[in-house]
Amino acid sequence: MESKVVASFEEAVAGVEDGSSILVAGFGEPGSPHNLVAALYEQGATELTLIANGAGMTRDDGVITTGNLVEEKRVRRVVLAFTASTHPSRRTPLEELNEAGEIEAQITPQGTLAERIRAGGAGIPAFFTPAGVGTEVAEGKEHREFGGRTYVLEEAIVADYALIRCWKADTFGNLVFRRSQRNFNPIMAMAADCTLVEAEEVVEVGELDPDLIHTPGIFVQRVVSIPEAGGILQAPPLAMFSGRPRS
Amino acid sequence: MSVEAKRLTRDLMAARLAAEFEDGWVVNLGVGMPTRCSDFVPEDRTIIFHSENGVIGYGRNATVEEATPYVVNGGAQPVLLTPFASIVHHSDAFAIIRRGLLDVAVLGAYEAAANGDFANWRISGRKGGGIGGAMDLAVGARQVFLLLEHTTRDGRPRLLERCALPLTAAGVVTLVMTDLGLFEPAGDSFRLREIAPGFTVDDVQQLTGAPVVPAADLSEVTV
Repeated sequence: MESKVVASFEEAVAGVEDGSSILVAGFGEPGSPHNLVAALYEQGATELTLIANGAGMTRDDGVITTGNLVEEKRVRRVVLAFTASTHPSRRTPLEELNEAGEIEAQITPQGTLAERIRAGGAGIPAFFTPAGVGTEVAEGKEHREFGGRTYVLEEAIVADYALIRCWKADTFGNLVFRRSQRNFNPIMAMAADCTLVEAEEVVEVGELDPDLIHTPGIFVQRVVSIPEAGGILQAPPLAMFSGRPRS
Repeated sequence: MSVEAKRLTRDLMAARLAAEFEDGWVVNLGVGMPTRCSDFVPEDRTIIFHSENGVIGYGRNATVEEATPYVVNGGAQPVLLTPFASIVHHSDAFAIIRRGLLDVAVLGAYEAAANGDFANWRISGRKGGGIGGAMDLAVGARQVFLLLEHTTRDGRPRLLERCALPLTAAGVVTLVMTDLGLFEPAGDSFRLREIAPGFTVDDVQQLTGAPVVPAADLSEVTV
């Protein structure tokens, strides 16, 4: 069996074309594919569609984020649960471009976003959910009653690429996530034509217990070992506290 | 209003609201102030904190020394796991919400209305917003509690007869904790159950955009 491991993040993202749609996993720090995002930033692809929980923020600790891609106007469309900062006083590059009409920003409830991605990876074209009924996000969409309750039709999401961060991978691309690192990762890995993975450790096939694998390798195209490729294992931990560590 | 009267601190608000949680409840805490509630669970109760990123059974917020880059709550802040914790992916975390397993979602808000509506995703004059999991939580959880400051930074009321901002969900709020007291939306008014020490009902009324009706057994907020 041929190994899916490639030597560098650059090699992993080498084929990403202009105009690609890209799922970017992560919720806060855990499970965020910082190295693949940084490699995509260097690679230069433009006119991108990004699908993620959020994509607006740039950081001042040297970590490249999708916010940097947005800032450089290489993103033409986003599908997110957050298109603005939760802090009204902070403005993100995405907000500026959205208000200037230079980017198409679709906001979607987070559970609807997750289910749209799950459905995409599961071969389901659309589904009904109660979330958002009676609000702006349901306007213009098909509604239907089931059991006396009103639901809104939401369509599945599939994409050209998924950028994934995992704890352990084997050379076939079987993946294991650690704790809340899992978040969007397994469902995004299933919803992309080409799933690219940065792994904190890469092991030989046979070393992972088949019962404990979260994402089967058949959903994965390329794997990079973060330590062997010299990537960032984790961003500065204090960034996780948003300035308010518990004492 | 007494010059000494001080609004409740964020920790006091979180602790008072956490005292409403019943033993065994499954509770989701929203980004911002609500995530403080997991630090204030009464000792005689076990609460199963659920977060959108798939952590079922987290506990209090972690210190810098305890934090790991692997375990965060719905506000992306490091937390500790309980011994009964389990992890699911994002879609299953929301399956739990839609399936009706949450006893309560505690959410922050920009506005709370007397009719149980609330708005917490987009502020006035902005094009973008932050829905996060709020719309799913608001229609999936059995109850929605709000935790917010009673007025805006420039002193305008956040508790209103009807929301002016775009809604997150309609008619779902059952309890509202602010830095002036504990309220229940009652249709066209807010029922004031508990009041911050040092404030009168008139003080609270002046800072509220809907009628405030004190409960017959109105008491001071204590934790």
